[in-house]
Amino acid sequence: MSIRDNAWQMASALSNKEISAVELANQHYEQINAVDKDVHAFLYLDKEGALAQAQEVDKKRASGEKLSPLAGVPLALKDVMTQKDVPTTCGSKILENWRPPYDSTVVTKLKEAGVIILGKTNMDEFAMGSSTENSAYGPTHNPWDLTRIPGGSGGGSSASLAAFEAPLAIGTDTGGSIRQPAAVTGTVGVKPTYGGVSRYGLVAFSSSLDQAGPCARTVLDAALLHQVIAGFDPKDSTSINQVVPDVVAAAKKLDIKGMKIGVVKQLAGEGYQKGVENKFNEAIAELVKLGAEIIEVSCPNFEYALAAYYLIAPSECSSNLARFDSIRFGLRVGDDGVKSAEEVMNLSRQAGFGREVKRRIILGTYALSSGYYDAYYGSAQKVRTLIKQDFDNAFAKCDVLVSPTAPTTAFKIGEKSNDPLAMYLNDIATIPVNMAGIGGMSLPCGLAEEDKLPVGFQIMSPAMKDDRMYLVGGALEAALLAKWGKPILDFAPKLAGSK
Amino acid sequence: MATISREEVANLARLARISMSDAELDHLAGEMDVILGAVARVQEVARADVPPTSHPLAFSNVTREDVVKPSLTPEQALSGAPASAEQRFKVPQILGEE
Repeated sequence: MSIRDNAWQMASALSNKEISAVELANQHYEQINAVDKDVHAFLYLDKEGALAQAQEVDKKRASGEKLSPLAGVPLALKDVMTQKDVPTTCGSKILENWRPPYDSTVVTKLKEAGVIILGKTNMDEFAMGSSTENSAYGPTHNPWDLTRIPGGSGGGSSASLAAFEAPLAIGTDTGGSIRQPAAVTGTVGVKPTYGGVSRYGLVAFSSSLDQAGPCARTVLDAALLHQVIAGFDPKDSTSINQVVPDVVAAAKKLDIKGMKIGVVKQLAGEGYQKGVENKFNEAIAELVKLGAEIIEVSCPNFEYALAAYYLIAPSECSSNLARFDSIRFGLRVGDDGVKSAEEVMNLSRQAGFGREVKRRIILGTYALSSGYYDAYYGSAQKVRTLIKQDFDNAFAKCDVLVSPTAPTTAFKIGEKSNDPLAMYLNDIATIPVNMAGIGGMSLPCGLAEEDKLPVGFQIMSPAMKDDRMYLVGGALEAALLAKWGKPILDFAPKLAGSK
Repeated sequence: MATISREEVANLARLARISMSDAELDHLAGEMDVILGAVARVQEVARADVPPTSHPLAFSNVTREDVVKPSLTPEQALSGAPASAEQRFKVPQILGEE
């Protein structure tokens, strides 16, 4: 047993009693102590709570109780999900020291399954960003190269996996915040179908786009975690009341003979790094060898997805973030007994929100204001319809669609932080999935020749057909593993102090 | 010509209840102009005959039975409040001095 093992290997070591859940959690805390000063994946460690949870699992196992497959396996939780009595900051100063009085449904399900929550991971403030540089608590560093970004907004979750600080993590994906961090860290991330995983207790950024999902180092591990967190929740009125597709069986099947896989013409070319395109094309060749049929498809309106997203998401955020009013929770500044509630609110929001959050609130306020609503928000909603139509047409011909996950490999910390538009371009290939509410996965497909950094391969499936991306992802992962001879993370330089 | 003026940004900040320094307003006005220029592209394809989509799911009127269930205690509900008194949220003055 090693902390470099996959989650399913840890699960079987636990069930064979080769290791206890307490020992396994402690091994991960040792790794965190050794490397997190350099990586900064975590904002908070709940060692006491995690070890108590682990003890409970060990006790149940010793008494012969039937446990869930992932019982005792550790996990890193993105700091946007509430966990009762554990600080939940969303990477923002406005929620510093806030301890929610309730568990999100995802956390409830994790606890019921005996998954051990090690701590909360770093993120761009309120999940707005593609680099984790917008965290009010400092950036996370990519374990492949500490001078580079780990992706965003869920850079803490992806980095914790790549640094072997946790074998599983939870992310949330509004425009690519699970998939792009997975791509640039050589890990796996899945945005389930919108409504597939409950949003109860996920601090809202853009409610019609936000979706929590599993992050892991292998497709099967992601599937096992997906199975734990997915399903109907009466506490979320946008939760889909249908049977969760059998993603675990799909991840294990490894047979994609005769499947029709569509390559989206518009998600390539200008703006895509050479090494990214090369690795993507090599993965396509593997899919052909596995017996899949490759079809080129055109989604002409994807060209407008980025523009529509940067109207819809800020509009919804300007409304959602109105709740941070310095009254019921969060930071309050300037309450001197003289200033009015409105003045205190203005000052609190000035002090509590970072630059990107303010930029998006102002942009959304503009897009929703009378006189501009039709031209901006209204037009963006129409583009959303056109993107859905493009997907419908493509899925009429194909079982899944594929593209590179991100146009480039991990860039340097600081490289794009003063150019919002350049930063937004990172999400160009991931955004269409959120606009249509369908499923999307990123898995590693190699290292770009020019910088030896990981490249992500994106698989998109129709709504509630999430099993299809696990089927294709599992088969491609196995083929690439056979070709490379070892997992992609074994090519990463060893972190100082790491096991 | 700029799409958006500094005065307009100041008004948006007021509507959004965020105080901003002069330097912040100057900086943001410039950025907003660039961003709005880029996102205005949506108008190129937003023809009158295209219906809008506000949400990926076509749900409407999701309801549930009105049953009494355990909920937060007053202490829990107030646990994150910056100020509270007598089981209530304590707010700065809202009416001004008359």
